[in-house]
Amino acid sequence: MLNSTPDLHSSETPLLQTVGLTKRYGDFLANDRVDIEIWPRQIHALLGENGAGKSTLVKTIYGLIQPSEGEMLWHGERMVLSGPSEARSRGIGMVFQHFSLFDNLTVAENVALGLDGKETFKDMSARLEQVSNVYGLPLDPKREVWQLSVGERQRIEIVRALMQDPKFLILDEPTAVLTPQEADQLFIVLDRLKTEGRAILYISHKLEEVKRLCDTATILRLGKKVATCNPKAETASSLARMMVGTEIKEVRAGAERKITVPRLVVNDLSLEPDDPHGVRLQHISLELRGGEILGIAGVAGNGQDELFAALSGERLSQDPGTVVIEGIAAGQLSITQRRKLGAAFVPEERLGHGTAPRMKLSENALLTGHAASGMVQHGFINTTATLRAVDRATEAFDVRKAKRDPEAASLSGGNLQKFIVGREILRNPAVLVVSQPTWGVDAGAAAVIRQAVLDLAAAGAAVLVTSQDLDELAEITDRIAVMFHGRLSQPLATSEASREKLGLLMGGSSLEKDAAHAVGA
Amino acid sequence: MELVEAIILSVLAASTPLLIAATGELVTERAGVLNLGVEGMMIVGAACGFGGAWLSGSTIIGALCGIIAGMLLSLVFAMMTLGLAVNQVASGLALTILGIGLSGLIGAGFVGERITPAPHLHIPGLTDIPLIGRILFGEDPFIYLSLALVVAVWGFLYRTRPGLVLRACGDNHVSAHALGYPVLRIRTLAVMFGGACAGLAGAYLPLAYTPFFIPGMTAGRGWIALALVVFASWLPGRLVIGAYLFGAVTILQLHAQGAGVGIPSQFMSALPYLATVIVLVLISRARTGGSTAPAALGTVFVPDR
Repeated sequence: MLNSTPDLHSSETPLLQTVGLTKRYGDFLANDRVDIEIWPRQIHALLGENGAGKSTLVKTIYGLIQPSEGEMLWHGERMVLSGPSEARSRGIGMVFQHFSLFDNLTVAENVALGLDGKETFKDMSARLEQVSNVYGLPLDPKREVWQLSVGERQRIEIVRALMQDPKFLILDEPTAVLTPQEADQLFIVLDRLKTEGRAILYISHKLEEVKRLCDTATILRLGKKVATCNPKAETASSLARMMVGTEIKEVRAGAERKITVPRLVVNDLSLEPDDPHGVRLQHISLELRGGEILGIAGVAGNGQDELFAALSGERLSQDPGTVVIEGIAAGQLSITQRRKLGAAFVPEERLGHGTAPRMKLSENALLTGHAASGMVQHGFINTTATLRAVDRATEAFDVRKAKRDPEAASLSGGNLQKFIVGREILRNPAVLVVSQPTWGVDAGAAAVIRQAVLDLAAAGAAVLVTSQDLDELAEITDRIAVMFHGRLSQPLATSEASREKLGLLMGGSSLEKDAAHAVGA
Repeated sequence: MELVEAIILSVLAASTPLLIAATGELVTERAGVLNLGVEGMMIVGAACGFGGAWLSGSTIIGALCGIIAGMLLSLVFAMMTLGLAVNQVASGLALTILGIGLSGLIGAGFVGERITPAPHLHIPGLTDIPLIGRILFGEDPFIYLSLALVVAVWGFLYRTRPGLVLRACGDNHVSAHALGYPVLRIRTLAVMFGGACAGLAGAYLPLAYTPFFIPGMTAGRGWIALALVVFASWLPGRLVIGAYLFGAVTILQLHAQGAGVGIPSQFMSALPYLATVIVLVLISRARTGGSTAPAALGTVFVPDR
């Protein structure tokens, strides 16, 4: 079945070569004359910031979009793809970043949709079981996808791609959603695929991972290829410099912060989910003092969104005492009332949750700022004040935009995030709850945002940061707790929270039990 | 006993247009498109169906005219919502208004005319069995067709690969596109199937139910068909139960009025619609877990190229 015998001549021509590949959207060049060579038995990294053109490039190679100029050579011969199914039939497989799965269909149905339907459903199910056993990627074909964890979902994608017996597999940020342990398991599979003679194109932001895993790296910046190098011979910071083009400012923790009074306290908070696919919060307690930054790690979908909603007041708790802001029981208070107590909230989703996409920035500033500033007078909007709020955030956070007051949706992800964080921080909140502060944000903007969070804590505020990026949490937090299945672990001091410990907690093990095992052994 | 038989026969007849139209809409919605224009497509199907049958003297040609009319009208909807990515709710409502106007224009010349209603099945021996004979073996052909249609749609959706692809488009059009499926083409076909069913359901009314055409004769059945799809939680089997339940309410209130129950007739006539509202409320309250509405229902999709 998996009959890719190594081709003796494969080392003379690349498996896939792109020559001057260009993709144009109007005046915008998403890919500008990109040349890349993919060889069998190699894991090739594709690096670049958001918007550098990585996704456009792999979508072109997978036949999803047509190049404006340039060509692709497959085994040295010109290849024009009419669509993904032709790419698949030639032996190109793809594992998508935002999984291309169907939540209400079963695992087997999802796999069937990614194949070309030449075998019966029964044969396909049998082969699915076989492939998933061979690679140690266990799957239950009858379950519906919405019931599965993120790691299991990714397994479906990988097994689906492997069932086509691909010569060339593209993985778009496969570890972004995995625990460190799950990522290690993935690396074992990838190494095995490599020794089977397959080529792999690996997109990632995580430079340490790329150094460890990949044989070659191509770096894109603003649509252009800037370098091809051996990542093992580079340092993480030299790779980052090539990606960004300039040195990234180091985030500085600054002077010793003064830990003061408790500003945000959660007491035994339990909450039923309001949507059938949601997570039930169970007995969550935490205490956050002024000057302190607490991080919440965890794989997405373990209750972080529900906790954010309970803290911000989007959902009210039964007992007012479960959420205490600045010493006042706030569990039953509305979002606006909580803001008046000095709390500020930055949700994960920038468009639609953090801002109203089709409204201007000044209107968006008003939406969260009206409770506790002079933007509304006698029931009327003070447009001068709202515009001034936009200007202040623009200046303090270097928000780049085409005009003074554009629609929120017209800003790039990084700039919009800087605006939202700036809008909240400039209100000088006593408590800041922020979810995924730098998700999908370029490195420069991420540094600005992290520095601002540190500065806010230094000024005496209590900050709660939810993030899936462990490096980010290590950089800015004092303590880290982990969410798993709606429960929150005891916080660890960041200096003692190793990736291994956090990974175990993210996978649902408790540290005490494992420690006991270690002692027993 | 005769009365029971008569009631059951008329319930089946009253339920059939609901069942046919709802089956078509179910396929459309399973592909992720919400077409609120069922009422409009039905009434145009009724006008064209009657016209075709009256001019040709053939029930089959009448039914075909109804199907083609519904399909053509649904193509207008497909062009707007799929081709031009216009909002589906607004387009569907506009389609109903267009359909009602158009049917009045088409049907103006036919008002007051009569046709021979569709013949009922007659199998000597079987049809003559007392009580169940006429119910099982003496119906008009549309009733058997409607049940066959439900079975066929179920088999298509759950037992064939094209059916799986159609459900996938309704669950997540971005994923379906990423895997290389032509989402817009599949949706167009689903909308056309929905239109054909609505047209046939409309044509059933003048061809078999009452053998003449009057403007507005669908009388809100299209809206009930829409509610039925939700009632059935997008499962074809439950559609049959729902359609017969609504058909039964419609007929029983007539008999209750006839029997002189002391309730105002206007209230009784409103019962089927009231039942629709109550069912919709109950279902939206009781909704739990996995398979409910297609996740991409009613959302606009524009593929990037």
